[in-house]
Amino acid sequence: MCLGIPGQIVKITDKATNLALADVSGVQRQVNVTCVAGGGLEDLVGKWVLIHVGFAMALIDEDEARKTMETLTALGEAQEEFEAMFQSDRALEGRT
Amino acid sequence: MKYVDEFRDPKAAKVLVKAIAEKVDAIGATVEKPVHIMEICGGHTHAIFRYGLDKLTPPGLEFIHGPGCPVCVLPMSRVDECIEIAERPGVIFTTFGDAMRVPGTRKSLIQAKADGADIRMVYSPLDALELARRNPDNEVVFFGLGFETTTPSTALAIQQAARENLSNFSVFCNHITVPPPIKVLLDDPHMVLDGFVGPGHVSMVIGTRPYDFIARDYGKPIVVAGFEPIDLLQSVLMVLTQIAEGRAEVENQYARIVPDGGNPVSIAAIEDVYQPRPTFEWRGLGEIDASGLRIRDKYKDFDAEEKFGIGYATGRRVVEEPEGCACGEVMTGRIKPMQCPQFGKGCTPDIPLGALMVSSEGACAAYWQYGGARQAAE
Ligand code: SF4
Repeated sequence: MCLGIPGQIVKITDKATNLALADVSGVQRQVNVTCVAGGGLEDLVGKWVLIHVGFAMALIDEDEARKTMETLTALGEAQEEFEAMFQSDRALEGRT
Repeated sequence: MKYVDEFRDPKAAKVLVKAIAEKVDAIGATVEKPVHIMEICGGHTHAIFRYGLDKLTPPGLEFIHGPGCPVCVLPMSRVDECIEIAERPGVIFTTFGDAMRVPGTRKSLIQAKADGADIRMVYSPLDALELARRNPDNEVVFFGLGFETTTPSTALAIQQAARENLSNFSVFCNHITVPPPIKVLLDDPHMVLDGFVGPGHVSMVIGTRPYDFIARDYGKPIVVAGFEPIDLLQSVLMVLTQIAEGRAEVENQYARIVPDGGNPVSIAAIEDVYQPRPTFEWRGLGEIDASGLRIRDKYKDFDAEEKFGIGYATGRRVVEEPEGCACGEVMTGRIKPMQCPQFGKGCTPDIPLGALMVSSEGACAAYWQYGGARQAAE
């Protein structure tokens, strides 16, 4: 929850609510990009971000993203984040 | 050095470990009279154990584990209130998974769920918003929990709910802030703290200036640190260097993520939605002035405390800690988890007494998982 997870912005999905699709190690997930949208929404496509509970909180570079992912995997946190995402998808469908 | 070779950059790690040992010597710290460095963030505690940094560094350096695990500092009465809300008819109670197994006085959220309450683990407040959209006939409550890293997310979710007039969505706000408890620990005459490793992602939001008082008023160094082992070693070395040179400054080892001014958009969202409560209760630390946040009146339609007449604003509850549990002392770094009489006996990850044993950032969980203390207890 506090360590976050890196992802790459694939496309902007909703300009009005600052939502974008991010690719997190192959898992695509909707994220809110309000906190990193200073340079304009379209500029974010292709950029790497650090995602905390579904919100992109900082822009990072690809190298940082890779290193962070390695550390999170070693800590077991990456697996926990993915599990939380899948669990949440089930919660949305009422299959909890 | 049995772990260094696993690091991505073992050469750099070895150099840092050696430099740390030299600095510890230079300041005359020994096993009998160690230098105490507190890592504030629970994520750092976890990383220190995972990478065995406490073993790699000399015995004259002692890591004191700080109160930076938001689930661990949650008083039992807050968990009780969550359950009371969740058990009301028509409520869908949503929470991060971390909070599910934290014991309340009667039960945990996971037990309440087993008893039939509609409690759902969500990854993000965005998913709680979506649940509210899909279930207009239910009240969807999100358990707003965490330090400044997660506070902007619930603030932005509330702003979004207001824009959409999503009147069946509310947040049970228990957000807390990092600087006030540090002040409490520094004011405690029983605590010996020589320097701090500061939280990385909290600082990404608030910047480094909120820590100025630590250096200015208390003369202690603090270095904001990243999460990789090399980051942590480097930050410890920076703290020790300040001590050796008689300096006390706020330094930023994690500048690649943490701007000194923080993230202005996040700060603006927090200020728009939240205001400090006069005081807030922390498990193990008691009431701390201006350490918790509540939802401002202009967003009161989205405030679960208002909606359900429950929570901190409506009445304080004092709940006794379970017999023999030393969560408070562990939380504030006064004792190590193994020194808690319940560690591995009355309290295990399967049957926890305190959140420190079940949160992934809790010190007891870290000791249990990595410390080898499990064998000692068995
Ligand atoms: S072992 Fe259990 S009771 Fe003791 S401090 Fe840790 S969480 Fe609390």
